[in-house]
This record gives sequence, structure tokens and C-alpha cells, in this order.
Amino acid sequence: MAHRPRPARRLRAVVFALLVAMLVSPAGAVDPDEILADPVLEERAREIGKELRCLVCQNQSIDDSDAELARDLRVVVRERLTAGDDDQEVIDYVVSRYGDFVLLKPPFKLSTYALWLGPGVVAVIAVIAVIAFYRRRSKSTDRETAPPLNDDEEKKLAALLKDDGR
Amino acid sequence: MMSVGRLLYVLPLAAFLILAVYFWIGLGKDPHQIPSVLIDQSVPPFDLPPIKGHERGFNSEDLLGQVSLVNIFGSWCVACRVEHPFLMRIKQEGLVPIYGIDWREKDRDAGPAWLARHGDPYTLVGDDPESKAAIAFGVTGAPETFIVDEAGVIRYKQTGPITPDIWEETLWPIVQDLRAD
Repeated sequence: MAHRPRPARRLRAVVFALLVAMLVSPAGAVDPDEILADPVLEERAREIGKELRCLVCQNQSIDDSDAELARDLRVVVRERLTAGDDDQEVIDYVVSRYGDFVLLKPPFKLSTYALWLGPGVVAVIAVIAVIAFYRRRSKSTDRETAPPLNDDEEKKLAALLKDDGR
Repeated sequence: MMSVGRLLYVLPLAAFLILAVYFWIGLGKDPHQIPSVLIDQSVPPFDLPPIKGHERGFNSEDLLGQVSLVNIFGSWCVACRVEHPFLMRIKQEGLVPIYGIDWREKDRDAGPAWLARHGDPYTLVGDDPESKAAIAFGVTGAPETFIVDEAGVIRYKQTGPITPDIWEETLWPIVQDLRAD
């Protein structure tokens, strides 16, 4: 029979709508006239643009920035993609002009080891310091433990406990 | 010897002092001064059209065979106006040829009009409305000035206006050194 039950069809429509919704991404600062006709290329250009720093407003990506230089960089990224460069080649080109600074996520290499490893090293030092602190504290409390009771004190204690148990 | 415990008490103070020194140094730095990765590299290949009313623009080949300055400017750029009289002086004294990249003019008349009003210090001027050459040069703002040697290799980048002091202390000695080589 060709007729499908309605609920299944509706579910399929909902799933399809959700899948389509997942493909939608915020537009950033990209002008309509910059957008490439090929959606796959445009998506790659967006992803690259998110990784490149706008050199004018330094804490924004070129994808986010309204600065004119950011716009021109977006256009250059799109031209290179259209010319057949892969993503890494496009990024390498921009880095070859502006240096690692243009990357919002700095690369892991000799000059950036301190940047990447610094927080970890500080965390390790902190953990060691905390452990050392508690070790020392438990040792010092050991030392302050009272000496064992002598015979008199044992008797007093026994008497008190007996009293208490009345 | 200081015990480890004592050392732990001093550690936060030491860390604070070290951070304070870094922050203090950081306060005096301009985040827009980005070291150029293009130093000691060849001028990127480019070919710019002339600005309106000029016979020809210029390309990377024009820079070969002489020490020259490549100056990025725009009629919209206030700091360019500041350095302009000094560029005119360099031209009048015949110190070194200056090539101009007229960057991001929205109006094709703006650049020529600006040069007509304030004087034209440039040997050749190229029009770069879409930052093609500017991006190839790694330009982040105007004005910027590159010193290019006879082989077309970028030797120095000046971010911001050229002042007489900067010229005397930094740029002119570099130009003379390059000529002596």
C-alpha cells in the first residue's frame, strides 16, 4: 500500500526541519555582496574567517568585524578559495603577510610553549603546594597529640565513665 | 637556607612583583605595533593601476635597482596629513624616491585631489581601493612605510607617521647603510 500513516510523515518533516535548522549559521559581518554563490566554499570561507583576527579591532575575527580591512581580508579569503586553494593554504597566505598574530588561536610551537603550557605548569605547582600544605599540617597535628594517660588518669577516666553509665 | 615553608609565604609576593613588572612594561606598548613578518623578504608581487589623472601606477618591478620607500596613505587618513610635509621635504632634498600606495579611497577623485592640495611627494602612485597590495604588504593601518632595497627586499617597516626624529635616528641611517652595501 502506498499510503503512509500520518504521524510518521510528520515526524520525518520535523526531523528534516531540525536538520536544516542545524545548517543555519549566524551571518557575522559578511555583506550579501561578498557571499560566494557556492555554499560549500562560502561555509569554508566563514570557518576560515572565524580563525583570523581583524587587525583593526584586534579582539574580533574578520568574520565578525565591520572594519573595512576585515572586509577586504574576507574578500581575499574568498578569492583564494575560488582559485582552488585549500583551507590551510589560505590561512598560510594570510599568516605569511601578517604573522601568527593574525591567528586567534595561536599555533603550538617553540615561541608559544610558555603560552600553551604556562597554565598547566602553574596548576601543577598549585597542586603540589596544596599537597605540601596538608602534609605539613597533618604532621604538626601528630606532634600535638597528647601523651598516653598514666595510671591515675586511667582510673579517673574509668570512674567518670562508670558514673556516666548510671 | 630558607625553609620551604618560608619560601611558600614569599611566593605570592614574588609572583605579584613579577606580574607587576610585566604589566608595567605592557602599559607602555602599543598593541597596534605588530612586528612585520615581511622583513628580509621580497616585496610581494603586485601591479597597481594609476590614480585618476596620473599616467601610470606602479608594480613590484618598479622598485628594483634602487633603495626606495613605499608609503601607504589615504586622503581619509589624518596621520598621513601629519607626515606629509616631511615626505615633501624628502622629495625636495632628493634623499630617496618614495612610492605611494593610495589605500582604500572610496571616491576616485579623493586621492588626486589630496595630492593636488598638499603636494605630491611620490615618484609613482598606485591606486589600491580593495587593499590588494595593502594586504600583500601586511598593512594594518595608515600610514605605514617600508624601506625596500635595490634587490626589492623589504628591510624595514615604519608603522605610523614619519617624524623628523624617526627619520634622522632610524630610517635615514638604514637607507644610507643599504646604499653603502
